[in-house]
This record gives sequence, structure tokens and C-alpha cells, in this order.
Amino acid sequence: METGFAVMAALFLASAVRISVPLLVGTLGETVTERAGHLNLGVEGMMMLGASAGFLVAVRTDSVLLALLAAILGSGAGALLYAVLTVTFRANQVVTGLALTIFGTGVANTLGKTVVGENPPPAVQAFFALKPLHADLSGIRDVPVLGPVAGFVDAAFLQHNVYVYGAVALALLLAWFLRRTRAGLHLRAIGENPAAADASGIRVIAGKYAAILAGGMMCGLAGLYMPLVHIQTWTDNITGGRGWIVVALVIFVRWDPLKATLGALLFGALAIVGFLLQAYPQLSGSILFSQYVIDMYPYLMTLLALVLANAGRKKGWQGPGALSVPYFREER
Amino acid sequence: MPYVHPEQDPAERRRIDPAIEMEGISKAFGSVQANRDVRFTVRHGEIHALLGENGSGKSTLMNILSGIYQPDAGTIRLRGREVVFRSPRDSIELGIGMVHQHFKLVEPMTASENVAMGTGDGLSRSRAKAAERIRDYAARFGMPVDPDKKVADMSVGEKQSVEILKVLYRGADILVLDEPTAVLTPQEIEHLFAILRRMREEGASIVFISHKLHEVLDLCDRVTVLRKGETVGTVDVAGTTALRLIEMMVGRAVDLSIERPPVGADGPCLSVRGLTVRDALGVAKLDGVSFDLAHGEILGVAGLAGSGQKELCESIAGLVHPQSGAILFHERDIVGRSPREIIRMGISMSFIPEDRLGMGLVASMDIADNIMLKDYALYGGFLLDRGSARRKAQSIVDRLAISTPSIFHPVRKLSGGNIQKVILGREIDLSPKLLVTAYAVRGLDIHSSYTIYHLLNEQKRKGVAILYVGEDLDVLLELCDRVMVLCGGRVTGIVDARTSRKEEIGLLMTGVTGDAPVPAGAGEGKA
Amino acid sequence: MIRIVRKEDTVGLRAWAVRAGAILAALAASVLLVLLMGYDPIRTFGAMLQGAFGTEYGRINTIIMAVALAMTALAVSVAFSMKFWNIGAEGQILMGAFAATAAARVLPEGTPPVLLVLACLLAGLAGGAAWALVPGLFRIYLGTNETLFTLMMNYIAIKFVVLLRCLAWKDPAANGFPVIAEIPAGAFLPPVLGVHAGWILAVLLAVATYYFLRSTKLGYEIRVVGESERTARYAGMDVRRVVVTGVLVSGAMAGLTGAVKLMGVAHTLSETVAGGDGFTAIIIAWLANLSAPGIVVASVLFAALKQGTLAMEIVGSPPSLSDVIKGLILMAALSTEFFLRYRIAVERRDAHATAVHPPAGPGQAEGGPSAEAGAPAEEGG
Repeated sequence: METGFAVMAALFLASAVRISVPLLVGTLGETVTERAGHLNLGVEGMMMLGASAGFLVAVRTDSVLLALLAAILGSGAGALLYAVLTVTFRANQVVTGLALTIFGTGVANTLGKTVVGENPPPAVQAFFALKPLHADLSGIRDVPVLGPVAGFVDAAFLQHNVYVYGAVALALLLAWFLRRTRAGLHLRAIGENPAAADASGIRVIAGKYAAILAGGMMCGLAGLYMPLVHIQTWTDNITGGRGWIVVALVIFVRWDPLKATLGALLFGALAIVGFLLQAYPQLSGSILFSQYVIDMYPYLMTLLALVLANAGRKKGWQGPGALSVPYFREER
Repeated sequence: MPYVHPEQDPAERRRIDPAIEMEGISKAFGSVQANRDVRFTVRHGEIHALLGENGSGKSTLMNILSGIYQPDAGTIRLRGREVVFRSPRDSIELGIGMVHQHFKLVEPMTASENVAMGTGDGLSRSRAKAAERIRDYAARFGMPVDPDKKVADMSVGEKQSVEILKVLYRGADILVLDEPTAVLTPQEIEHLFAILRRMREEGASIVFISHKLHEVLDLCDRVTVLRKGETVGTVDVAGTTALRLIEMMVGRAVDLSIERPPVGADGPCLSVRGLTVRDALGVAKLDGVSFDLAHGEILGVAGLAGSGQKELCESIAGLVHPQSGAILFHERDIVGRSPREIIRMGISMSFIPEDRLGMGLVASMDIADNIMLKDYALYGGFLLDRGSARRKAQSIVDRLAISTPSIFHPVRKLSGGNIQKVILGREIDLSPKLLVTAYAVRGLDIHSSYTIYHLLNEQKRKGVAILYVGEDLDVLLELCDRVMVLCGGRVTGIVDARTSRKEEIGLLMTGVTGDAPVPAGAGEGKA
Repeated sequence: MIRIVRKEDTVGLRAWAVRAGAILAALAASVLLVLLMGYDPIRTFGAMLQGAFGTEYGRINTIIMAVALAMTALAVSVAFSMKFWNIGAEGQILMGAFAATAAARVLPEGTPPVLLVLACLLAGLAGGAAWALVPGLFRIYLGTNETLFTLMMNYIAIKFVVLLRCLAWKDPAANGFPVIAEIPAGAFLPPVLGVHAGWILAVLLAVATYYFLRSTKLGYEIRVVGESERTARYAGMDVRRVVVTGVLVSGAMAGLTGAVKLMGVAHTLSETVAGGDGFTAIIIAWLANLSAPGIVVASVLFAALKQGTLAMEIVGSPPSLSDVIKGLILMAALSTEFFLRYRIAVERRDAHATAVHPPAGPGQAEGGPSAEAGAPAEEGG
């Protein structure tokens, strides 16, 4: 019973980790974008663009590198459209984002038509079958305490492919970038108060373009995970609304890349925990533990985070100060 | 970063070339000409005051110098060489540092982040090094700033220190301070002056924007005065007096020949007693203001911008809730009543903000829709009474000779004079008993202004009590019966407009009250 | 040097000509894209036109889709008129459909169809309004960002309907399939002139919205609040009351759309009842500049696009192309607004004087600068 539970928990955590990858990478991308003061609701569209371009190239070339590059370029093109419209043309960010989602989904589904049902080619599959951190535990399996703990950690967190660890590395990198680098400081300043940033000599327009493009490219990588690694084939609307969960998650983790790793894991776990709980008859009777109800939790929790940020007498940081406010130097 | 001219000895060069020369600078925002052919020169190592009433174009000129605005015409020379700024970045690179009136700081970040932001190369930044340099500067100029404190948690004085540190950190040797004392306590002001003198000793050139005469006389070496966007002249502080500067600021008295009907004897209308309004931070915007206004009288309100005019108007209109005091209208206190109740009592307020359309009009709607803004709710029923609004609009357009293609033209597209006629026409059409009007002739040409004066006098004859908040002292003195002067939210005097002189009001506006001696040629005058 | 300069707004007929031009440009871009993706544009667009308008079936379906889009866009336009960014129409549609279904399930079997239809429509109104009220209250009392709030509410509504379909209201007669039983036939919207009666509601709603915003006191207040809350307060309006009422009206209209979609088309509640119309409607409302007549026209255009692309499959082009074209049209329209308000000025002065490398002619100590002469001097930054 005891070990049975541990094994199940480890497997559950491992699934949650796998499910959370596109959420995490997308959240990192949207975090970069929003930190520059741009609410880009085109995440779903950019994920789809990245997924289709990357998968198409993977199928054609059997090259992981080219596939990643194609995903970056595809979603980057979508982000560029958004940047031109919202930064230079000062179009409404919400409407532009929605348009980008419709456009990106359309382009992706059209492109994907040619590869429906195809699987990733052998070299790509082999690459993502690698488990670089998987440890050989045969030596300590029977050591009391240490053995089972190591086994649990290994089963839950160390038997994943490169994409998973790449995502975590990206989160760490981004956290370092935002906190410790000059460019990160400038990015935060642009999103908080572009007029102050401008007066300090920061190139506001260039910074916004860079952040939107980089953020969009990350969304593309988030999308590519779905056909290339997770589902391993192409179907219509393959990202399945994860772009919208990302928008929620960014708020939930308060624009923080480190918290994003935990937030994504939590949302990933919530996406599957209901099915697990069905194994426990004493819980499955209650509707509160049904997967269908649990599916609402991420959004409810995000609403709560949104409301709490504004509630109370002393208001805390409520996200980038100039989020979705257009900036025009000579407007007065 | 001293500038080295290829041909000449740097010291020699510094002696000849001014630090800043701005010539023929013009800048318009839409139809408002903020700067017209302005000339402005600052020498090396001096504190140079830029003096002028609000709206005289000081901030625009300095925003051009710091690269935020691009001039429509004119040239800028820095240390003898012509430059063109495309962005604040260019200006910073050439050693100009601007301390903005409204601080340009990122509130959730620390002092050190704010100071270091936008400087240096390379990817990583050393927080320790930045903090170290900040402590150095802070110690050198006596500014106690904690590099790790968040700006949001700082006092106004601390924030200003951060702004100044930011400028020093970038190695600026030309400093522009836009009304730096407006938000400071007297002690903080003294402290700031000590810092600025210290910087002058180290060779910096400082532009000090202010409209407080005693500060200018106390601190600065030379003064350039702007009026209505144009340069009036530049004088040495050592050879001038407060009175002379006031004259330059407000201009010589002009006879406008505005008609002034006698005050009707209709009894009191409005009595304000001890009115105090504080903003969200607890700063008093109005401080114990008391006055009376009779029917058939025009009471002028003079004061530099931000002296409490807006709060006074909004309190009377019910938009702002005063912390203490009473506003008695026909002996009934209206404090705490809703704006709509106040409108129904016959009190009309029109405030023309700087952009004209911010409050009082709905820019994208047509004239007819704007005419019914105040009284649409007075009729019963679910639907708007468009027919009568149209008739009213047409009659106002005809009566005030508003030039517009039709009453269905969006007000945004009207010229400034016509926009103001629409507002005033609407307010008068409500047959108010009390008419509060602020900046009614702002930006208008002479002809339109006289139309407005005429309208107001017509109302005065009907026995309407009028509170006229104005900018032009000549107009205040000729149109109004009495003039109340506000300074920093207090009443510094209520004078009879028939017998007072402009300079008298000018002194009251800058807080030089009564018979306090004006120090002639004050200031330390070191060059 | 290039800078962006505010200019006198382009208005009236010229503005509409520019907008029409942008849509044509977007269509041209779509042709190019279709070509690039390897499809025959003439066959593709021919099939599209044929599919949307060529057959009676196509025409009817186009109108059915246009009805839902127009009603939703009208709903959104009310909220947008007061700058309340309601992007929650998708959820409000679903909750309207949910409330209508609930009404149909609750009412006894023998209820006369007229009453049943009326009750369901009213329930739809209430459902949408209640769902919209939540973000509205949070916005006015706590200042919570309504864009993100309404967005999240969409997904809660979707998951809620899934829950009903798979668990609470799962039809026992469906052999284990997770579907909700059809509403009683008495609650179906009867066809009028070949299309379900919802189109009459849509037309009425378009006229009503137009007059509501133009000629009623509340509509007037909504527009004033949208322009400037300060002005609204100055005019004596109770801004909170206006926002709450406006949000209720907007949500109710979206909820009514949900009821109509349920009773006229779907007949059974599922999370696909809204089908993305809530998002497309935002785009339509924006494209039409929030004007009711414009919304009707744009809705028909977008519906034809959607219906037409379904027919494109016959010639081998995927229906997802409609999303591509929609996206392009919208992006073109979005950039149009910029060119109606600003112009890009190219200035010549920097040809001879720049900040970073200003010329320093030898003889420029005093007088005028002889800008053309002289080599750039180095300036330490």
C-alpha cells in the first residue's frame, strides 16, 4: 500500500511535469511580452504557428535543430505582426491579440493539413526519447530511506526528455535575466513606466519589439512540444486552448519565471488529478473531486489572484504598471 | 565629460562658448503655439533661472532641450556645436540631465535600479558597484539616499534626490530642474539649494525653472523670462529686483477697454468659509479659503497654475469633497451634495482644462449632444429629448455666432474659440444663479475673447453671481469687480479691481504678501 | 529621420473608402497566401462564393451564422461603448444557453410552446446578464481588470457546461454518450421564411441597439462614460450605476444570443454552442467602429466567409483558410485606424546635422553654423 502509493504519486508527478511543459514555456514567453507592457492575447495563435512550422520541418528534414528554428521563426513572424500593429500603429492590444490567434490558428491548421496523422521521424523521436538525467539507482535501491527517496525523485523528475529540462533551464535563465542583467532591468522599466525609461535613455520602441518577438518565439517552442513530443502527431487545433491557460498562468504566478515553474506544474497536475482520484471511491463520489470541476480550478484560482492583487488597503504590485497602455512620446 | 574642441584650448573654449544656445525655437501642439521663436542661452558654471507664468512655455522649451519633444523650428548649440536630438538618449549622451517636475521614476524599483537604468554596456550589471557610486555621489552632495529602498516607499524629497542622482550618475554637466521646489518643504528647499550651489562650484551649468521670485533671487545668477511662449529677455540677478521681474513676467499694463457694468445690489449668493481640500497624500490643495460673492458681481480668481483653482471649482460643483469648511449657496451648505443636485440648484461650473476637452465636453459627440450634457436628465422619461436639444443647440450656435458646418459636427473638430462658446453657451442656457468659469478665454484670439467677456457681462446684468478664474491679469483687472489671489491653496489677498495694480497682484501670486520688503538684487550673485 | 505625427482625422466617406481599401488589400494578401500554401486561389475563392451565396442551403446557413455573430457583436458594442472591455461574450453566450436549457427542463411538460419559448429567451437574458455582472461588480468596487476577468469567465463557463454534459445533466437515454438531452421541441424557434425566427430578433436587436445608444438617456450616459468618466461625473452622472447597467445590458444581449443559438440551431446544450462567436464578435464590433449598421454588414461578411470556406473543402482547400482570411482582414483594418489618425513625416534637416556626429565647421564659434562644411568631430558620450 505504502510503496504502491509512492509509485503512483511518482508517476502522477511525472505526467504532470510532462503536461506542464507547454504551459511553462508559453508562460515564460508571455511573461517577457507582458513585462514590456504588452498584453498579447495571441499566445494560442503563436503556439499554433510554432507547432505547425516546427512539426512540418521536423517531418520533412528529420532535424531537431531545424524544427526548433522553424518554430521560432513561425511564431516570431506572428509576434512581429502583433508588434508592428500595437507598437508602431498603436492598435488596440486586445483586439490585435485575438486577431493574431484567429490568424495563427488558421494558418497552422491549413499548413498542418499536409501532415495530419504523420509521426515525428526517427532521429527526432530518438532525440526526445533520451533521458539525460535518468540515474542508475541499482546500487542504492536497497538502502533504507535513501533508496526509495532517490527512486521516487528519479521516477518523478529525472526520467524526462531534453525539452523538459530545456524549459526549466529557460525559466532559470529568464529569472536571472530579469533580475540581474541590464537588459532585464531596462525591459522591466519599459513595462512599468515607458516615459521614465525613455527619459533615462532606454530605447523603448526597440525594447518593446525585442520583448514581443522573444516572447512570441518562446510561445512557438511551447506549441511545438505538442505535436513533436507530447502527442507525436498532428491534429487540428493541437494546442487545445493551452494558450489561454498561459494567459491565466502569467497572472497567477505574478509575472515571475521562477514561480511559473511551480505554477505550470500545479496547473498541469490539476489537469489530470481528477482521473487519478477516481481510483479512490470515497472521493470519486463527491462532485468536487470530479475532473470536470477540477478543470475550472486554474481559472478560478487565477480570478482569485487577480482580485487579491487589487484588494486590501495597501495595494501590492499588480503587474507591469503600463500593461496594455500604448506609449507615444509626444502625446500630452 | 568636458568637450574638447579640436582647434582650441578647452579652458579658452569654455570661456567663449556658452553651454547652451537655443535659437528661434518654435513648437506647436495642434493649434496651441507653446514656443515661438524662443532664444535662450546658458553660460558655463552658472545657475540660470527660466522664469514665467504657467503656460509661458518653460516646460516645453526644456522638453525640447532634453530630446522629449522635437522643435518645429530653431537650432540648438551645445558648447558651440549644433546638435539635433532625436530622443532623450541623444541629449543624455551629450551631458544634459533633466529633473522633471513630475518625477520620471519607476516606482516599484529601488533607487539604485532607477539611477543605473539606461546606462552602461554589457549584459550583466553589478548592483554593488552601482550602489557604491550612488553612495559616493550621495555623500559628496549631501543627499541621504538608501540605494536599496524602493522609490514607491520614498518621500517626495527623497524621490527628487534620486532624480538628481540619476542625472549626476550619467555624468551630466548641464542640469535642468523643472520647478524642483514645487513639492518640497522649506527645509528640503534649503537643502536642495545647497546641493545646487555645490554643483555650480564644481563647474556644472544649471537651468532652474521656477515662478517663485524669492527663490530665483536667492539662488540664481541670471534670469531669462518667458511670456506666452516668447522670450521677454535675459537679465543679471545682481542688477534686478523682484518688481522688475514681475513686470517682465506679467507684461506692461494694457488698456483692454473691457466694459464693466456696476455691481447689482441683489444680495449675497455664495459664501465660502474655511474651505480645506487635501489630496490623496494629505497635502492641502486648498487651505482655509473664505470669501463672499454677491449676485451681479464678478469675482476674479488669480494665481499661478496649481494654486488651488481647480479644487475650488470642483468643490463648488460637488466633484471634490472638502475635508472641512462650508460652501453656503443662498445660506444653505452644499458640501456633500451630489453634482446633479448642485446642477439643479442653479450652480453652473465650466472648467476649460489645458487640452480644452478633458472635462465639460464629450469630444467625439456633436454640438447638439453636448448641449444636453447638463440637463438631459432633468426631463422625465426614458428617452432623450433630442428635439429640444437640437433647437437649443441651433439657438446657441446662432446667438453666439459659433462657426460650424452644422449642429451635428463633432466638437473635437471645432476651433478653440468655438469650443469654448459651446461650453459657455450651454452653461448660460441653464440660466444659472451662480456661474463658475475657469480659463474661459484660454487660447482664444482677441475677438473671441471679447465675445466671451460680453456674454459674462450680460449674465452679470441679469444678477448672476460669477466666479471668474483667469490667467491674464489685465483681463482680471478690467473685467472683474474684485480679484481674489490664491497662492499655494491660501488666499493671499482680495483686492478691488478698480484700484489695484497688476504688479500688486503679481506679488500676491508669488506669495510675497502685503508690505514685506522685496530684497532688491538679492541672491549671492557669484558667477 | 522618420517621425509619427498626429494629423487631422480622416473622416466620413474618405475614411470608409480607406477602410474598404484595407479589406481589399487583406483579400489580395489572402490570395497570395493561398497561392503560397499551394492552393488554386480562383477555384478556392470561387468555391467560397458559391458555397456562401450560390445555393439556398448556403444562403440559409450564412444568415444563421450572421444572426449569431451580429447579436453577439451588438452585445459587445454596448460594453465597448463605455470602454468596458467585455471579452467574455463567449461565456455569456454559454450561460445564456445554459439558463435557457434550465428553463426548458424545469417547466412542466404541457407548457404551451409560446410560453416555453418566451421563458427560455428570458432565462437566456438573465443567464448572460448574471454572468457579466460578476466582472462588472469587481471592476467598479475593486478596480479589477475586466479584460482578464471576463476572459477567465469564458473558460469557467466552458468547463461548467462540460461538467453538465458529462456528469450532472448527462442524458441517460444516450447509451453512455456524454450529451445533454435535447430541449423539448416546443422550445425550438420556429422557422420564418426558411430561417429560424432568431433573425427577427437580430434585426430588432440591431435597431434597438442603435436607438438605445443614440436616443435613450442610459445609452447617452454609456457613451459619455466611455469618453471620459470625469466628464460623466461633471455632468452629474452616477458612473457606477451606468457601468453596472451597461454591463447587464451587454451580458443580457449575449445571453439572449446563447438562447437563440440553442433554441434555433443546436437544440442541445454543449460547450460548442458558442463556437468562438464571442471572440469573432469582438473583432466585428471593432471593425464596424461599434456602429449597429456596420455590425450587421460585417457579420454577414464574416458569416459568408465561414460558410463559404466550408464549401472550399470540395475543391480541396481546408476550411481553416477562413480564419487566415479573417485574421488578415482584421489586421489590415486595425492598421487602417492608425493611418486615419497619424501620418509619417520624413524630415530633411538631419541630412546635415545629427546628434551623434554633429559637424563642427572651423568657423562656427559664434554666428550661424555652416552645417555642410567640416568633418564630424568626435564627441565623448
